Amino acid sequence: MSETLLTVLAGAMVLGLSAGALGCFAVLRRHSLLGDALAHAALPGVCLAFLLGSWAGFDPKHPLLLAGGALCTAWIGTLLILGITRTTRLKQDAAIGIVLSVFFGAGMVLLTIVQGMGNAQQAGLDKFLFGQAAALTRNDVIVMSAFAAVVLGALLVFYRPFKLLVFDAEHAASLGIRVKRYEVLLVTLMVVAVVLGLRTVGVVLMAAMLVTPAAAARQWTDRLGLMIALAGGFGMAAGAAGAWISALEARIPTGPIIVLSATALLLISLLVSPRRGLLWAWVRRRRNRRRVRVENLLKDFWRLAERDNGYGRPRALSDVMAVRGAVSRAVDDAESTGFIRKAGTQLQLTDKGLMRAARVVRNHRIWEAYLSNRLDLADDHLHRDAEDMEHVLDDEVIEQIDAALGHPAKDPHGRPIPRGAPA
Amino acid sequence: MSTVLEYHDLTVAYHTRPVLWDVDLSLPDGKLVAIVGPNGAGKSTLLKATLDLVPLSSGYVRVFGTHYDKARGRVAYVPQRESVDWDFPSTVLDVVMMGRYGKLGWFRRPSAEDRAAALDALKKVGMNSYADRQISRLSGGQQQRTFLARALVQDADLYLMDEPFAGVDAVTERTIIAILHELRDAGRTVVCVHHDLQTVPEYFDWVVLLNMRLIAAGPIEEVFTTEHLNHTYGGRLAILESAATSLLRRNRGART
Amino acid sequence: MSDDLIVILTGAACAIACAIPGCFLVLRGISLIGDAISHAVLPGIVIAFLITNSLSAWPVVIGASAVGLLTVFLIETLTRTRRVKEDASIAVVFPALFALGVLLLVQYADYRDLDPDCVLHGEILHAPLMTIELFGATLSRPLFVLTIAAAVNLVFALVFFKELKLSTFDAGLAAASGFSPILLHYLLTGVVSLTTVASFESVGAILVVAFLIVPAATAYLLTDRLGPMLVLAMAVGSTAAYLGFELAVALDASVAGSMTVAMGGLFLLVWLAAPREGVLGRFLRNRRRKERFALALVIEHLVREPTAAPDLAPALRWPEQRITELVATLTTRGHIAENAGVLVATKAGSEFVSDVVD
Repeated sequence: MSETLLTVLAGAMVLGLSAGALGCFAVLRRHSLLGDALAHAALPGVCLAFLLGSWAGFDPKHPLLLAGGALCTAWIGTLLILGITRTTRLKQDAAIGIVLSVFFGAGMVLLTIVQGMGNAQQAGLDKFLFGQAAALTRNDVIVMSAFAAVVLGALLVFYRPFKLLVFDAEHAASLGIRVKRYEVLLVTLMVVAVVLGLRTVGVVLMAAMLVTPAAAARQWTDRLGLMIALAGGFGMAAGAAGAWISALEARIPTGPIIVLSATALLLISLLVSPRRGLLWAWVRRRRNRRRVRVENLLKDFWRLAERDNGYGRPRALSDVMAVRGAVSRAVDDAESTGFIRKAGTQLQLTDKGLMRAARVVRNHRIWEAYLSNRLDLADDHLHRDAEDMEHVLDDEVIEQIDAALGHPAKDPHGRPIPRGAPA
Repeated sequence: MSTVLEYHDLTVAYHTRPVLWDVDLSLPDGKLVAIVGPNGAGKSTLLKATLDLVPLSSGYVRVFGTHYDKARGRVAYVPQRESVDWDFPSTVLDVVMMGRYGKLGWFRRPSAEDRAAALDALKKVGMNSYADRQISRLSGGQQQRTFLARALVQDADLYLMDEPFAGVDAVTERTIIAILHELRDAGRTVVCVHHDLQTVPEYFDWVVLLNMRLIAAGPIEEVFTTEHLNHTYGGRLAILESAATSLLRRNRGART
Repeated sequence: MSDDLIVILTGAACAIACAIPGCFLVLRGISLIGDAISHAVLPGIVIAFLITNSLSAWPVVIGASAVGLLTVFLIETLTRTRRVKEDASIAVVFPALFALGVLLLVQYADYRDLDPDCVLHGEILHAPLMTIELFGATLSRPLFVLTIAAAVNLVFALVFFKELKLSTFDAGLAAASGFSPILLHYLLTGVVSLTTVASFESVGAILVVAFLIVPAATAYLLTDRLGPMLVLAMAVGSTAAYLGFELAVALDASVAGSMTVAMGGLFLLVWLAAPREGVLGRFLRNRRRKERFALALVIEHLVREPTAAPDLAPALRWPEQRITELVATLTTRGHIAENAGVLVATKAGSEFVSDVVD
């Protein structure tokens, strides 16, 4: 691995870690686009610092100097957003849009002055638009790491008040915590992260560095601490992937790849995260539909059995189908799950099937009793409601209702409520 | 007396939260109806379901015997005041004229006739001197009267209003109820989500008691009883709600 | 036409074209979707260029605008999963699309003679040089395209004026009246996409958002009517285009950037000094209101209980000096008068009180 690759790798990973972790707060507080605004607002500061620096005789390209300038204008931008929102009828989105675009325009003006050229066609601006990770030096990375350490350190030290700030600012204020101070600190840390990111991914993509890893982490957990750690991890992974892939070929810019990697991580998280994953939701829905079909089939068996008191008796498929209608798919599923077995050319409930059938019918009829008794629902309504509910109610709720109703023996239509599988 | 609104087996859920459950209701025409119930009982949702503004989980709604799309011209809607941004650059007259847009359909411009109708409606609510006032400079009562004028200008047969008396001054309240009574006397139907139990018997003919499901509906004398009110306001139905939520979550594939 | 004039007119045309959808973006509170679209059309532009090998063919405009609509669709879809909130969806989608665009851009830049700079921040100074032949005349292409865009947007606003007005103010009534809010949403964002693509040659994808939002926001603070707001936004934008050009010439700096700064300057001016909505205006209005209230209180007191002048200050428990001033003002205006040694309110004074209280 070349020296350059190592440098870029380190820089990208440092950025991913700090931006990802910090971004959790922006995402949870619904301030996701603040990062975008800050990134745009930082540009004129960088240019001004450069101008002032070279005029005052300092090394105008010193990262600390530029970072300081960026911080100043980013801060002014934040105050302006707040001011506009508070003193006019403009809403926050317009305020952010105004600051974002005007500051960036100012930055462009300054940049062209800096370059001494009369137009925007200079390489310098491109660096800020989509970063130039490849041009990171060891010095840059050291400074970035120092900044990142500050950010992460602050997150650790002020974890509790930040947490309260995110989840319940009012409560925090009532506890005597200086909410304003921590807000200021949080925004300052975000500005620092943004400044870190400008060199690596550029202005436009910075918003994603703060938000995408955090959004991905959110899919995996509800706990703030874990979310921050995961977001930092995803950010680092995206940074590493970006640096490595872009090193493979000459003409692949690092910034965009980092962002696309982070986005890929988000998409994967959306699909397969254990709790909220869209893929699992789809699987669960299918499984649920299948279960409902099987249980409806078992109920049909039970209804037939009630007529001739033959609970274990085998039935012809056509007889079962006559109860309600099409059941073919359900038969296969019921068989494979052991609720039904073949008895010659006919089908028969197993013991397991009997128990389940009893339970579903019981749920249905107790729920109808509840609706009729407690909620005064008209008789022709009960069935449809219970058709849905019978598959969902758990034993505890059913026993609760049963007790509350005084252990009824019959449902509102006069049919017996089963206690369990018949002997 | 014919049925103007019919709800059958109406269930509405916001994602996995049940808001209306199994509502069966028929409302006759020519009445002033109050919809009453605790917070979150689904009262606004019932109106929105009528107007096809929210998706139905099950059941259906019939307006004048048909789907809302076909009855649109006969129905006027007055939403809650908070649902609108009053900083919008518009005058009172502008807002009232918006009531005519439905009749105009796409692309056609309001005519002098529409303008005259709007001014007429403003006069009826006592706001004609405010026609050119910017809406952000109105008091709560004036905003409500503007909204009412916007509904009147539609010359509808059915008026659906969401909390028209909330936060208005006494004069405005009297103006509004007088107009509603006029409408009722002219054979129109008015359905209001109403928050103040005290005034229900005085203002309305019919009442609908709602708490996620229908408790009771009918003429005030019959239905507005202590027993029914206790049922309505007696707290949430924990069992029904948790069971319904379970069902909705299962249907969405959420982990339960 | 001089080159300078062409540049200014191009900027003005861009401002006019952008101001129209921009007003509705601001009023609907979706300014940042405008930001997202303007960045996200980049891959569309690049892909369309790669296919048609030209930056100005109409297929480019249509195709790239489609990506703008795709952006809105993706944001909505992501939000609808309920796993990501709306602001986060925006911040996720547009950088991803922009990254894709940059990737394609850099890949094929040298290979296909596509200048990254030109796509990203345009070059309005070249407007006079990018000419096309039309009906025998030589026109500046960017100016031509933007004038068409401005015309199209004007027609759009006129044709859909009442639908846009209603759906922005009251989406519920709009839907109930048969005007699909979703359709109008996509119509509006579609226009934003088209306008962005039309503007990128001159102003660039990054600064379009300024042209969309800043003049519209400025106009919002100046007027209470929608029609005038649109006109003012166009006027503010065009003025900024002119001022910006002059600024750029004076500083020898980026023209598009200077136009943006000019817009910012005008906004600042209006923010501070607008008669009703401006900071200064509000401050003065507040003072005026307090003054009127104090005057009304004095009259009110005299209505209930006519008091002799020297007894007034202790009765109201206000400083002597203040009472003297107020009494003087009220007397001059004829709101109070002296009658048998005590001060009483006049009819005009009572009317003044009810006016203040209303």
